[in-house]
Amino acid sequence: MSLLLDVADVSKCFGGVQALQNVGLQVECGSIVGLIGPNGAGKTTLFNVITGLYPADAGIFLFDGVAYSPESMSKVTKAGLARTFQNIRLFGGMTVLENVMVGCHCRSKAGILGAIFRLPSTRREEQSIRTKAKSLLAYVGLSGFANIQARNLSYGHQRRLEIARALATEPRLLALDEPAAGMNATEKLELRELLLHIRNDGITILLIEHDVNLVMGICDQLTVLDYGQVIAAGKPADVRVHPEVIRAYLGQGAV
Amino acid sequence: MLKRIPILRGCPYWLFGLLALLLLPWLVGASGGNYWVRVLDFALLYIVLALGLNVVVGFAGLLDLGYVAFYALGAYSYALLASPHLPHQFEALATAFPEGMHYSVLLVAVLAIFIAAVFGILLGLPTLALRGDYLAIVTLGFGEIIRILMNNLDRPLNLTNGPKGIASIDPIHFFGMNFAKPIDLGFISVPGLYLVFYLFLLLAIGVAIVCLHLQNSRIGRAWIAIREDEIAAKAMGINTRNMKLLAFAIGASFAGLAGVFFAAFQGFVSPESFTLWESIVVLAMVVLGGIGHIPGVILGAVLLAIFPEVLRSVAQPVQNFLFGHAVVDVEVIRQLIYGLALILVMLYRPGGIWQKRGDV
Repeated sequence: MSLLLDVADVSKCFGGVQALQNVGLQVECGSIVGLIGPNGAGKTTLFNVITGLYPADAGIFLFDGVAYSPESMSKVTKAGLARTFQNIRLFGGMTVLENVMVGCHCRSKAGILGAIFRLPSTRREEQSIRTKAKSLLAYVGLSGFANIQARNLSYGHQRRLEIARALATEPRLLALDEPAAGMNATEKLELRELLLHIRNDGITILLIEHDVNLVMGICDQLTVLDYGQVIAAGKPADVRVHPEVIRAYLGQGAV
Repeated sequence: MLKRIPILRGCPYWLFGLLALLLLPWLVGASGGNYWVRVLDFALLYIVLALGLNVVVGFAGLLDLGYVAFYALGAYSYALLASPHLPHQFEALATAFPEGMHYSVLLVAVLAIFIAAVFGILLGLPTLALRGDYLAIVTLGFGEIIRILMNNLDRPLNLTNGPKGIASIDPIHFFGMNFAKPIDLGFISVPGLYLVFYLFLLLAIGVAIVCLHLQNSRIGRAWIAIREDEIAAKAMGINTRNMKLLAFAIGASFAGLAGVFFAAFQGFVSPESFTLWESIVVLAMVVLGGIGHIPGVILGAVLLAIFPEVLRSVAQPVQNFLFGHAVVDVEVIRQLIYGLALILVMLYRPGGIWQKRGDV
């Protein structure tokens, strides 16, 4: 299997705090990779650096074998790396459907004149965006909520909408930052099904998650961060019994 | 109700609306005189202005307090290209244009749209990283710079004639039609003010349609996404820099367009028409009507353009009726009630008088 995402030696400081120190992360094509670690370990920072939200101090970044410099989020998204946010960032005032339609932005190309005069080509494109957004809503199970304002959705549904919106950018790698946070047991089970479904449809997933059962259950590979450094990486079964991981994150009771 | 009348059965409602709008200047003119038709004409120009500002503030969420600068650019473009001012000042121009400079209002409108858009981008470029209050202060400064330039560009070269302003600007004229004179249709003579009303009505409807198209397009959604959450918008692959510049350019071009017709309609421009107060009035139209909601913005523009004039005309008679004489100066009480009305609307309808459904 080839590596879809391969980053190495990533470092990032915030003032005097070394948030990331020579971190490496490999994501194989078609797999689900989990990124775990205690709070403040630097998981979200690594996400933010990889997706171009924060500039990295150092690091080598390869996406599908091609070097990229994560300087602009929009370019990273166009390249095929979409993400969700730990603290949900939906467009609250727009409807659920419109949120997903915004996701289609970078795969559509109507220009200003096309939009002003609503040219036939723009009209066709708009129709296809709408169709695509509706099918994505059906895909994540939100069809019934299309015309509701996003801010009025329940927490679990907001998480799903964020995933649908990210999928609308047609990513090859979907990076999810704690998608199960705040979900109840049933919602977590449904999320698990959704993630497996997405993977089976050929989209690679990178996952930050604190729910150990979910992570151990669906991930093919795990990378564990602590104090901005990788302390373990490998198959879930191996990581689970790694002494460093038990000490820093899982705790003795988990063995 | 009207549909009960047999002939009218099957007519869509908007046809009634259009008919009412076509009759409006005649009704207003007959009952209130030309003064009120002028007020209506200006209300239509304010609709164009407010819709333009709504693109910047309402859609993209960029607070712009210098919006009137683009209106000034449009107005001065026409004032310079269709008045005796420049040929008077410069010998070379006088010989080049022995008949005087009389560029068509349509030609200058296209030019002004372009000029204003370029200046919109020039204003946008240094302010890309700014948001909210900070952006408001920079745009406020920009608006003042343009006004002060107009005020002082009378020396060493007299370009704008300074505070005295430029007079004798050509009235609106194109395709052999002159909107300053009545047109005789054989059975009826349509006064110039009414013609201007129809022209501005066309302009306002056109701009409203463009705004609607933009709102329901990929670009409009990108603007609203930036307003709602800029980081998430970037994560959707939206080039926020270009989209913000585009919003500034489009908003500015509407103001430039309105400015050209303002100059042609007034026949006179001076820096006094383009003060910060004017920017704030247009912003108030957008916010009071329903920020980001096109019908609301139109309503806000109409109300705030007409309301002060209504107050002006009723303040005196009402006081005479109540007290037998004027207790408070008309101008003072007008400002007082105007301000009070703004406060009340914002207190009880913080989203605007006519906000989008679901935004409550």
